[in-house]
Amino acid sequence: MRYWRLFRKSAFLYRFRKDKVAVASFSVLMLLVVMSFSAPLIAPYDPYDPVQIDIMDSDIPPSWQAEGDTRFALGTDAQGRDMWSTMLYGTRLSITIGLFAVLLQSLLGIALGLVAGYFGGRIDSFLMRLADIQLSFSTLMVAIVVLAVFQASFGTELYNELALFMLILVIGIAEWPQYARTVRASVLAEKRKEYVDAVRVIGLNRRRIMFRHILPNTLSPILVISTVQVANAIMSEAALSFLGLGMPVNQPSLGSLINSGFEFILSGSWWITTFPALLLVVLVLVINLLGDWMRDVLNPKLYKE
Amino acid sequence: MSSQAVAAEKSAAEELLRVEGLSREFPLTSGLLEQLRFEGGKLVRRQESVRAVNGVDLQVRRGEALCVVGESGCGKSTLARVVMGLIRPTAGSVRFEGTRIDNLSAEKLLPFRRKMQMIFQNPYASLNPRMTVKQTLEEPVRFHSPGIGRAALGDKVNDVMRSVGVDPGWNERFPHEFSGGQRQRISIARALMTDPEFIVADEPISALDVSIQAQVLNLLMEAQEQRGLTYLFITHDLSVVEHFGTRVAVMYLGALCELAITGQLFSRPRHPYTQALLSAIPRLDQERPSHMKLMGEVPTPINLPSGCFFHPRCVHAQDRCRHELPKLFDSGDGTLVACHAVQEGRLD
Repeated sequence: MRYWRLFRKSAFLYRFRKDKVAVASFSVLMLLVVMSFSAPLIAPYDPYDPVQIDIMDSDIPPSWQAEGDTRFALGTDAQGRDMWSTMLYGTRLSITIGLFAVLLQSLLGIALGLVAGYFGGRIDSFLMRLADIQLSFSTLMVAIVVLAVFQASFGTELYNELALFMLILVIGIAEWPQYARTVRASVLAEKRKEYVDAVRVIGLNRRRIMFRHILPNTLSPILVISTVQVANAIMSEAALSFLGLGMPVNQPSLGSLINSGFEFILSGSWWITTFPALLLVVLVLVINLLGDWMRDVLNPKLYKE
Repeated sequence: MSSQAVAAEKSAAEELLRVEGLSREFPLTSGLLEQLRFEGGKLVRRQESVRAVNGVDLQVRRGEALCVVGESGCGKSTLARVVMGLIRPTAGSVRFEGTRIDNLSAEKLLPFRRKMQMIFQNPYASLNPRMTVKQTLEEPVRFHSPGIGRAALGDKVNDVMRSVGVDPGWNERFPHEFSGGQRQRISIARALMTDPEFIVADEPISALDVSIQAQVLNLLMEAQEQRGLTYLFITHDLSVVEHFGTRVAVMYLGALCELAITGQLFSRPRHPYTQALLSAIPRLDQERPSHMKLMGEVPTPINLPSGCFFHPRCVHAQDRCRHELPKLFDSGDGTLVACHAVQEGRLD
């Protein structure tokens, strides 16, 4: 209650209301999230249900075109699935993967960053060199190697079953240094402040000092990178799916939809790739715009007029 | 002044804190690679360190306010932090009520943590910005007496807040909603929450506005009277010392020069450094001797001068001062001085 009162009075909310770009991005993002997560309710077809798919309906263009069908507003893909429904389900998958991958990244990164920053010395050097090594491989490279090896050694069938978890795991683990470095830098600044000495004088143990006193004071940079990282994770997932290492064809994410339509783009079926691609661009763009806005607001050194 | 002297006499019997031969060095070259360097064509390994505190002996008596004065960088704050166990000493010992506490594990130190508290210099940094006043004040009590009931804890917070002059109705507010003076009051309240016997105050008023300084100082003196507190008060402000201190310890480059009852130190400073320090206080009366100017700069604590640390700037320095480190000795009336010249009777 107290925090809600504070939040309502806060400069954060005030500046959010004043910024048209932020309000617009937030509205679009919320619209996409709500629509995709209520996909089972609002989608006209269920793309996971083979009974509702008819191969005879394949490659129908959007309804406003001459050969269009009023049943399928945005047309169908090569397997006869309704594009609009499949995109809704695909967005839900992409956002889920993005959120959980970022959750995993942040858990790993915050814990390791806190430990590195607070204890310092050898633990710090070890963890930060580990982060450097991790950062010297690009996320995509790590993901491609891991996923390809997994697919080759355990078979495509098992892979298709576990694709969701594998993607979350790989993207989550590959990007922890982003969090660890940010958190470590904030911890280094915070732990020299006198309030930390004050609680040490009280006698609190290290864990309580780290989690109850230092961590809450490092939250604003964490919030900023979290938004950007969600966008990054969605992009990584799309890229992997596009390369055929992501979600399987029967559970398409935005990336695998773009990929599945790519073969037909030259044969005239442009809508299978274009609509999911546009949706992906909008989704990533609004998240990044929100992240930029938040960075400006939470960093008092970057005040804009 | 005489009442101060009497109070000092009375409490002379009971010693609360004893610091012996305390030293603390901070290494500048941590890694092996940084320690290696070429000298005269040879690879030499040399470790450099800042010697912040060098062999300090000190006793704090129950009920007194011992002020430690000195220029910035003379190791006052490091001394305070070592006494509180925030930093481990490189050498020497700290005893509280006869028990050695500088080498205790965090767990065994807990009973002493309750009795010893600290007030910090910067009220803008010493309160956690994400915690309300109530949370900040409740934490030490919750931690040290976990069995305490909600109502009792609430009463205690209100009592302490009232006693430091902050309206208990504000306990749901965050630190940024208070002024500097109010924050310092809250930080004093936090120190008082565990009912400590001994409080180390590390320049508690130097970050405050002059008009607020007196208020906070009076608050500290009131608390001392009501709760029978003992203070180790770190400051660089000599007028505060005159007003507040029972005894004064003067530090220069991490070592004690002089330790005396406040009145005596101000009326009859012995150590040449103390004399120079006191003559630097601006006074209205013209009859006093004009102020002594010290030549040169304070040497760096990385390469300390040999012998007496003060000799390069001392007008009374002789050969002995350049080679032999003076020890504190009783110059007669209870004043401890570390100076060869005073000991040999070359001064006065």
